[in-house]
Amino acid sequence: MARTPADLVGTRTGPSFEITFGDRPVPARPGQSVAAALWGAGILAWRTTRSGGRPRGAFCGIGQCYDCLATINGQPNRRACLVPAHPGDVVVTQEGHGHASLG
Amino acid sequence: MRPSAEPPTAPDLYDLAVIGAGCAGLSGAVTASELGLSVALLDASPQIGGQFFRHPAPATGAARPEALHHDWSLFTGLRRRLEASAVDLLGGHHVWSVVREGGLWAVHAVTGADGGEERAVRVRARAVLLATGAYERQLPFPGWTLPGVVGAGGAQAMLKSGLVLPGRRVVVAGSGPLLLAVAASLAAAGARVPAVIEASGYLGYARHPYALAANPHKLTEAAVHGGALLRHRVRLRTRTAVTEVHGTDRVEAVTVSRLDRDWRLVPGSGRRIACDALAVGHGLAPQIDLATTLGCATRTTPDRTTALVLDTSQETSVRDLWAAGEPGGVGGARLADVEGELAGLAIAARLRGHPARRGRVRELERRRDRMRAFADAMAAAHAPGTGWPQWLADDTEVCRCEEVTTQSVRAAVTDLGARDARTVKLFTRAGMGWCQGRMCGAAVTCLAAQHGSAEALAEPAPERRPFAVPVPLRALGSLDDPAPAPQTVTTD
Ligand SMILES: Cc1cc2nc3c(=O)[nH]c(=O)nc-3n(C[C@H](O)[C@H](O)[C@H](O)COP(=O)(O)OP(=O)(O)OC[C@H]3O[C@@H](n4cnc5c(N)ncnc54)[C@H](O)[C@@H]3O)c2cc1C
Ligand code: FES
Repeated sequence: MARTPADLVGTRTGPSFEITFGDRPVPARPGQSVAAALWGAGILAWRTTRSGGRPRGAFCGIGQCYDCLATINGQPNRRACLVPAHPGDVVVTQEGHGHASLG
Repeated sequence: MRPSAEPPTAPDLYDLAVIGAGCAGLSGAVTASELGLSVALLDASPQIGGQFFRHPAPATGAARPEALHHDWSLFTGLRRRLEASAVDLLGGHHVWSVVREGGLWAVHAVTGADGGEERAVRVRARAVLLATGAYERQLPFPGWTLPGVVGAGGAQAMLKSGLVLPGRRVVVAGSGPLLLAVAASLAAAGARVPAVIEASGYLGYARHPYALAANPHKLTEAAVHGGALLRHRVRLRTRTAVTEVHGTDRVEAVTVSRLDRDWRLVPGSGRRIACDALAVGHGLAPQIDLATTLGCATRTTPDRTTALVLDTSQETSVRDLWAAGEPGGVGGARLADVEGELAGLAIAARLRGHPARRGRVRELERRRDRMRAFADAMAAAHAPGTGWPQWLADDTEVCRCEEVTTQSVRAAVTDLGARDARTVKLFTRAGMGWCQGRMCGAAVTCLAAQHGSAEALAEPAPERRPFAVPVPLRALGSLDDPAPAPQTVTTD
């Protein structure tokens, strides 16, 4: 029986590059979205809500709920479930509307 | 299909613009193109296949993408025809508006993975085929905003395209046949699925023996999922619901309670199940905002979603605007394929002025009507019961985007007299956020209408959204500019 999704579809390449989440390196597979790479590392939240400050991450997985907004390479409000991961991407938790830290 | 190496020389006027490259859109596009029409096929995703045939990007090097699908040959057949056709495939194009301009349709899109590139593209066409699919319907319950609670379709999509799971022990809950497919894939990919928690009973199908008997394919599908669930020791528990999620910053367990026929809680029946993720959804709702904005007539489906009214040729109530697949009512990939072909034939007949092949059309219509009857039977069996609002706590967030609680929505209804979703939205901002009410719309509509007449589960009113996707201001500003020629983007 397949033990991982990658085994199931017979993926030939292993995780082959890294992105960072905060100060933590996260392995990513070519073709994966930023959200998929984060899930792969067991990270489920990368945003805090505007009024309650509550943690959120991917919910609908297909670009429709906007819960997965992240600050990617300094740009806030990117839908992490749609944006493909690239080597060296810097992802940080987006606080509220995401513009506070941009000065 | 135009080869990707070619410079972006696509014309800006086509016979047909197809929006959505799932089964319905692919089928419509290749059918029309094979009959000699010039066709542009736009999809928000850089990849074709839509939701059902969502698959890993070629860069992942997946040798067996079909391992997460059944019916993969339906997709490879459509892909082969697309590659052999002259269709201009415009991937990564998020369509936000379709408008009538001097007797032609103008389809406006923004480009990029998440529409963030802000390059505005306009495609003009004599006819438009809407094949925009569906989104997952959600109903709120205490704890549903906790990280680790994900859409059931969303978990499936992330698995199919990203090859990842939200957790190791995933409870699947909500209502509808998609839950079985999701549980089977999660288990096949290595997750432990302790239970599928289904709010309805499956006996509802028994009331529609004709629809079942006429759709042997559906029975096979059910048997496939059933077999997979047995093999992975997944228990299906009907007439139950997840009524609470436990954990501070992520899911640690859920409480599952028994429901009566109207989805009211059976007191004292709650049981805790340990898990680190919950995949939840209450069926699918047609994605029709581009059409309702144009004033297309809608109907309420047996599970109380809003779908487009279509004639036998798949045309909406607005001339030269066709729809195929989920926008006409949720019914699955095979139905989408048949409807796409019917629309393609009808559009070619209209624009070329000669009648479509009667025999083929009649055969397709028969298959469509049979599958629609089955879809309606299924929808009726999984229609939300009237008792679900009873699961809500005062502080349960109904609107995830604007963090509006049940208490605020109820106050808008009881204290301020709101009677419909639109008024609740004005008072509370529920439904005003980024998702434009896709996640909370069904719930807010119910809560607004249930006050006063407890039995009236409301039908979501056809919402008119000005834009189908949030549009960067710069793209709006460029509306008056001569549109740049669309760029041809390749898939795999
Ligand atoms: C999240 C999710 C997961 C699903 N998983 C399964 C499953 O595992 N098994 C199953 O049997 N069924 C599943 N379904 C149902 C399945 O999607 C349908 O049965 C089938 O895909 C219908 O085909 P379609 O062509 O009508 O729509 P889809 O396949 O949904 O295709 C619609 C396409 O339109 C595009 N689109 C939508 N709006 C726009 C826009 N404004 N601009 C540009 N492009 C746009 C989308 O990107 C998509 O590619 C799922 C549905 C959803 C929503
Ligand atoms: S998870 Fe819903 S938009 Fe990304």
